[in-house]
Amino acid sequence: MITAPFDYEAPETVEEAVRMLHENGEDAKLLAGGHSLLPLMKLRLAAPTILIDIKNIPGMHHIQQDEGGWRIGPKARHADLQDTPELGVVARAASGIADQQVRNRGTLGGSLAHGDPASDMPTVLLALDGEVTASGRDGERTIAAADLFQDYLTTALAHDEMITEVRLPALAGYGFGYQKFARRAEDWAMVGVCAVVSRAPDGSCDDVRIGLTNMGATPLRATAAENALRGSGLDDNAIAAAAEQAAEGTDPPGDLNATPDYKRHLARVLTRRALEEAVSV
Amino acid sequence: MSAIGQSMRRKEDPRMITGRGRYTEDINLPGMLHAVLVRSPEAHAAIRSIDTSAALERDGVVAVLTGEDMAGDFAGPLPMVWVPPGVEIKTPEHWPLKRGEVKHVGDPVAVVVATTRHAAVDAAEDVIVEYDTKPVVVDPEAALEPGSALVWEQFGTNKTHEWAIGGGDIDAGLAEAEVTVEHRFVNHRTAGAPIEPRCSVAESRGDDLTLYSTTQIPHIARFVFSGMLGIPEDRLRVVAPDVGGGFGAKLQTYAEEALVLALAKRLGRPVKWIETRTEHMATTHHGRDQINYVTLGARRDGTITALRVKVIADLGAYQQLLTPFIPELGFPVMGGCYRIPNIDLHFTGVFTNKMATDAVRGAGRPEATYWIELMMDRLADELGMDRLGLRRKNFIGADEFPFETALGIVYDSGNYQGTLDKLLEHFDLDEFRAEQERLRGEGVYRGVGFSTWVEVCGLAPSRAVGPQGVGLQAAFWESANVRVTPTGSAIVYTGTSPHGQGIDTSFAQIAGDMLGIDPQNVDVHHGDTDQGTWGWDTYGSRSLSVGGEAVVRASQRVQDKAKRICAALLEAAPEDIELVDGKYQVRGSPDRSMTMAEISGAAHIPPNELPADIEPGLEESAFYDPENFVFPFGAHACVVDVDAETGKVEVVRYVAVDDCGPAINPMLIDGQVHGGIVHAIGQVLYEQIVYDADGQLVTGTFVDYALPTAAEVPSFETDRTETRSPVNTLGVKGIGEAGTIAATPAVASAVLDAIRPLGVTELDMPMTPVRVWQAIHGNGGAA
Amino acid sequence: MSATVHVDVTVNGERREADVEARLLLVHWLRDELGLTGTHVGCDTTNCGACTVHMNGEAVKSCTVLTAQADGAEVTTIEGLASGGELHPMQAAFMDKHGLQCGFCTPGMIMAAADLLQRNPNPSDDEIRHGLEGNLCRCTGYHNIVEAVRSAAGVSA
Repeated sequence: MITAPFDYEAPETVEEAVRMLHENGEDAKLLAGGHSLLPLMKLRLAAPTILIDIKNIPGMHHIQQDEGGWRIGPKARHADLQDTPELGVVARAASGIADQQVRNRGTLGGSLAHGDPASDMPTVLLALDGEVTASGRDGERTIAAADLFQDYLTTALAHDEMITEVRLPALAGYGFGYQKFARRAEDWAMVGVCAVVSRAPDGSCDDVRIGLTNMGATPLRATAAENALRGSGLDDNAIAAAAEQAAEGTDPPGDLNATPDYKRHLARVLTRRALEEAVSV
Repeated sequence: MSAIGQSMRRKEDPRMITGRGRYTEDINLPGMLHAVLVRSPEAHAAIRSIDTSAALERDGVVAVLTGEDMAGDFAGPLPMVWVPPGVEIKTPEHWPLKRGEVKHVGDPVAVVVATTRHAAVDAAEDVIVEYDTKPVVVDPEAALEPGSALVWEQFGTNKTHEWAIGGGDIDAGLAEAEVTVEHRFVNHRTAGAPIEPRCSVAESRGDDLTLYSTTQIPHIARFVFSGMLGIPEDRLRVVAPDVGGGFGAKLQTYAEEALVLALAKRLGRPVKWIETRTEHMATTHHGRDQINYVTLGARRDGTITALRVKVIADLGAYQQLLTPFIPELGFPVMGGCYRIPNIDLHFTGVFTNKMATDAVRGAGRPEATYWIELMMDRLADELGMDRLGLRRKNFIGADEFPFETALGIVYDSGNYQGTLDKLLEHFDLDEFRAEQERLRGEGVYRGVGFSTWVEVCGLAPSRAVGPQGVGLQAAFWESANVRVTPTGSAIVYTGTSPHGQGIDTSFAQIAGDMLGIDPQNVDVHHGDTDQGTWGWDTYGSRSLSVGGEAVVRASQRVQDKAKRICAALLEAAPEDIELVDGKYQVRGSPDRSMTMAEISGAAHIPPNELPADIEPGLEESAFYDPENFVFPFGAHACVVDVDAETGKVEVVRYVAVDDCGPAINPMLIDGQVHGGIVHAIGQVLYEQIVYDADGQLVTGTFVDYALPTAAEVPSFETDRTETRSPVNTLGVKGIGEAGTIAATPAVASAVLDAIRPLGVTELDMPMTPVRVWQAIHGNGGAA
Repeated sequence: MSATVHVDVTVNGERREADVEARLLLVHWLRDELGLTGTHVGCDTTNCGACTVHMNGEAVKSCTVLTAQADGAEVTTIEGLASGGELHPMQAAFMDKHGLQCGFCTPGMIMAAADLLQRNPNPSDDEIRHGLEGNLCRCTGYHNIVEAVRSAAGVSA
């Protein structure tokens, strides 16, 4: 399969990249690993007229921890995340993305900017209450995960903005679980669940955050389940009861592999399993 | 030491593991043009107009042609070759580019030829086709209802044909039955899906045309395409280079092959067409797609009295090479390995607005074993008998071969008890049942499925399947030419045309042993109609039992001549020369001997004088048409775990005991069995070609058409018994399709066994998580 | 017309420079321009892995990499895996264990498997199977491919 023709630029600074995005309007796309964009272009489901490759912009692939949590460059690849076990659930989720070849090319920034609700990283960012730094012509702004994902393949990023950093809370002391259900190991999630849990000194649930993959047009939080568990015990029964509410408020579309009912069912089962995994860590 | 029977490493591998294989897409010729097809996005429509002007204006575009433009390029349409005596099969004209109407998504309407593939792809986007859509029918049973939309209006019906065969007295058999089980099975549509998509390159030089193509059938292709192009066969050479898997999908004469030939002839330049995977899913023929209504009757003691089957086969929109025959192809073994005195089989073919079906690995037999073995399970359950006990009770006995079935088919040899006994040596059923019970207590649903299977392969024999038999307009003998060079190497030409089977190796083992030459010095050639003898190519697990036997016979003739030469030079009688450990020696005087190199040197190069009655040279051919099919068999057990909460099935263990006669190369047999099993796991659990109600293809890429990866399947335990076939000298039977034929019911039965405690007794393939979950939760597992 | 891009790529140890169309996929450059036809194309959707090569030492699917993106990189294809006339242990293991039949997926499978052992020199069977989940094979049923990787791991260890 052959993409439609396009122009190609490889600027060396963020400013240059942003300027090119601005000047070329909606027809311009940023290119990092290309593993979300190029497959669509090969099927001619996308046909940008110019690609702005950020490979020559130095840095932006760091994975650093400071007092505020993790700071990760958008060019960090899934393989880099996978190989950083200190990242906890991020590393865990990254290791299950597609296959090793894809993880060796696909980037965190690219995955977040693409905003596919069936992808794992948007869900993780949302579940962890992470945020991204977006750089545009007027400088930088911070976009919280809850505000980033607006609709199917649609984010709050302006067409002439790019993600220049991803920040995640360290979540020290949290247990985590990531449950991805797919037909085959290399597939996108039919449904995925990211869960992180912290315990109060009395053993009860101090904090819990649950993100859902592929349960709607954007990644979602299982708010009802979180509310049910927060402050309660973390025994099997409490987890099971909370997980029963995982699909509250969701309206997932059916597809080749799953009916809406089935997806809601999977969300409940996988939430329970992710929570069980999280409290066992 | 004999090479036959050894797990000799493959002669094919050195080039393939270093990237030096030569596949069709690797072939680039000077001045070569690229063809890209414009295909219908509609499932059924009249072509109102085609505007090629914008495409023609693009840089690099040489030609843009429609079906009307190319009407004069073809002397005849794409063929369908089954003409069963007394039965008319409705067969619409099938031209490489459509004229007037399109009948399925992907039907080609125009071709763009340009100097580069990129230019051709871009220009194809600029061809504007207007369609007037017509009513679509995709469900074969709905297509048979009065008032259904018609795929081909001129026939007034979507029914393509009916064909029936039987034996015994079905009414008496059913009357005699004390217990009768009936069931409707669906063998859903799948794809062969070799990892190499199709590709064809045609070259025109003077009056000569050459076609390089990803085909299993270069000889048949030359026969067909010389006719379609209206040129003598001697003007057309067809070459199958390294072919990246076939699985039946490349047992076809495709529109695109005819097109590149016609384009090369018309334009006087080489033309290449490369299939994308998206095109492959839409326009490389599909397989299976049958509905089977089965009735099995037995006495209370388990003795089977009658089998009645009605098959409704969804053939898609066109009759390709063997389309209507594939459902019937399994008929010789539709009684399985059981003594069934009364059998009645009835087949109905149906047109729908989908790609044509045709052969995919197993071709009619996996469909049959699927319902045969699941019906044995159902009958056993109905009778309250042990499932394996019922099978044993009805097995044709090892002492009953050759066994003539109620259908008049003669099974060559078998020992069905033997393979089942051996299977149970590896698989302790009592232990399994105890474990299964224990696991259920822990909420783990584990099941086992058994398949005691027999299949028919080695196509051939011409008298059974040719014009005077079931009516295929072809013959099925095979040929070989064996040539010894002056320095004692051998070249074997075979009329079969492999695509992964390892024939370069196994045929070298056979010829090497028979000639007294190290198999490393035996080079096997195939897949080029300019070389060697005419042949009938590779499909139907025929290479070894038909093509290999031809190699045996040609090699025997060479050996006989070598003995005559040796005898003359050693001044002995030819009948006193014996071949021992690679030496031709005088019986009783092993010191008087010659090597093949010495004999061949004498046969080729003066001054060594041969007696006047011996011609120079050392080369013989043989043509072999067997008397009968061969009937491989075996017993398989599959173990699965079902996650009852999610419906996900995991194959956790698989044990296969197969019998394909004496092994030429056990390593190759195991490899064929492994691949065949995974092909079946794919069908039962993962793969399905899906069209929506509008005839749109939903599974158009490898994202949606889910081939199993390494992570979805286990390693396998394999073993064999060896029961010789009396049909050929080697005693061998085919093994290329056996794994798929055997495993389809085993995997399905295992899933049903696992979830039986949850109240599920039936579930159609593919047994995907959502379907298993729905079955468990009472939403109905059937589609 | 689309822009052309100048690329400077070290392919199998040899420096190659070219002006290529921006949309030219790495796999098409390798196959059609450099004649390295051992790298194959089996799908359009980054699923099958037949196009797997090493880029800067790691396995990538060259059907989903622009040649322009490979500028400045080191690329190794199946043709460059053997060194000094010696087969790479993974190549030898595939032959010894009958890890290939039609051979079409084989170059990509070998490149992916070699990368797998670089990442994890002593993989379990489960890790081998998951490590190869990006490569489809229709012939072998994967059994002997897993055997080959296991065997090569023994050689490498």
